[in-house]
Amino acid sequence: MIPTAFDYQRATSLDDALAKLSASNGAGKLIAGGHSLVPLMKLRLSEPTMLIDIARIPDLAGIREQDGTLEIGAGTVHHDVATSPVLRQHCPVVADTAATIGDPQVRNRGTLGGSLAHADPAADYPAVMLALDAEIHLRSSTAARVVLARDFFQNVLTVDLAPDEIITAVRFAPVRAASYAKLYQRASRFAIVGVAAALDVSDGVIRSARIGLTGAVSHAVRLTTVEAALAGCEPTSRACAEAARLAGSDLEDINGDIHASETYRRAMIPVFTRRALDGALARLTVQS
Amino acid sequence: MAQVSVTVNGKTHTANVEPRLLLVHFLREQLNLTGTHIGCDTSQCGACTVLVDGRSAKSCTIFAVQADGSEITTIEGLARDGRLHPLQEGFWEEHGLQCGYCTPGMIMSAVDLLNEHPSPTEREIRDGIDGNFCRCTGYEHIVNAIQYAANKR
Ligand SMILES: Cc1cc2nc3c(=O)[nH]c(=O)nc-3n(C[C@H](O)[C@H](O)[C@H](O)COP(=O)(O)OP(=O)(O)OC[C@H]3O[C@@H](n4cnc5c(N)ncnc54)[C@H](O)[C@@H]3O)c2cc1C
Ligand code: FES
Ligand code: FES
Repeated sequence: MIPTAFDYQRATSLDDALAKLSASNGAGKLIAGGHSLVPLMKLRLSEPTMLIDIARIPDLAGIREQDGTLEIGAGTVHHDVATSPVLRQHCPVVADTAATIGDPQVRNRGTLGGSLAHADPAADYPAVMLALDAEIHLRSSTAARVVLARDFFQNVLTVDLAPDEIITAVRFAPVRAASYAKLYQRASRFAIVGVAAALDVSDGVIRSARIGLTGAVSHAVRLTTVEAALAGCEPTSRACAEAARLAGSDLEDINGDIHASETYRRAMIPVFTRRALDGALARLTVQS
Repeated sequence: MAQVSVTVNGKTHTANVEPRLLLVHFLREQLNLTGTHIGCDTSQCGACTVLVDGRSAKSCTIFAVQADGSEITTIEGLARDGRLHPLQEGFWEEHGLQCGYCTPGMIMSAVDLLNEHPSPTEREIRDGIDGNFCRCTGYEHIVNAIQYAANKR
């Protein structure tokens, strides 16, 4: 036996999970795919005394389109996001991002909600959720609330989520002209640097750009300086290259670890920002 | 203790286990299905890969209780009536192994891959075994072995 002992309960519905969570008086810890939590428990870095399994709640998984908005259930596994026809058609950047996560076995188990709640500094989804300005929908046994991705990620493994809350879904307006560029950590495939860029272009002008960065600092952040530099520009590779040079220049405390030094990461932020922007531009051309 | 009931290679097993028991330990130590290997124990190497409800999964990163009610297939469940599964035959014919430590996990990942891509490209094969490490072969013969099985089906 590798982890410390715990009790296990399986929730059959969202209401059941919320009831179990509040009845546990703070002891209950949610487990979805378990692909962040179980490795931590095996190292005894996390020692929950009760696990509440939400992986089999039918309504928590699935991808829906409604009135021009896309919704992905928090329990949807990465594989199903990566292969979703709806996402491929309306917002391919999300499917692309999911396809870069880990390996097939990880994608068969890990969920969107688990990734957002865990908020690993090198996780992929946070960057794309920032670029899409996504809403993160939360429920507790007494209330429901919505947090924007840009307010959700707060620090290393720290998000705006109370112990008695469950992420139920994310919602966003689809953007076709968006792309994700990732420098892989070769073994785990986490992002050393990952950049998601989404462009809003009309009449030959970039009206606005949203860019999310992961892997580089304590938590995923928007590259607002690059966004501001792009607004009003023509959507050309040259304008993007110019703006991308600013990427990361105003960031402090860049991560450095055995996989990549601080200097290397800093150097890679503009490179991958430019690639993400070029990817978004390429989709713009296909679109029109 | 918690009760788990899982169908492994078509046979249902019910047992009382500690919730912290990992699926790989349940398979190896309680069901004596030692074909599923433990390599890294840190979710990286894929030696412990089995199918859970038809999809490849690292059994060292799942508690047995999470699999309650699931159908599990291990390497022992692939051969039928004494005849090797096309992937097993492929690994034999194409020399897809040296020490063999990674082989059961590699084959279980390949089963999932071929279910999703019956005629995979080389790129798709390599992506499909991305979660499985082999320290011996250099992967070339493994790719050929999977291609052999795809051609055969
Ligand atoms: C070998 C390996 C490689 C990986 N590579 C990558 C990678 O390249 N990129 C990447 O982004 N990730 C990677 N991951 C992490 C993977 O994506 C995880 O699956 C994901 O981070 C967590 O999702 P989960 O469903 O497994 O969550 P769990 O491990 O079950 O839970 C994680 C945390 O989230 C909480 N939680 C889960 N669901 C909810 C919910 N709905 N509401 C509120 N809280 C919830 C849990 O209580 C726990 O604290 C990798 C993991 C492994 C093992
Ligand atoms: S033993 Fe499970 S991934 Fe290595
Ligand atoms: S054959 Fe030895 S590890 Fe793959």
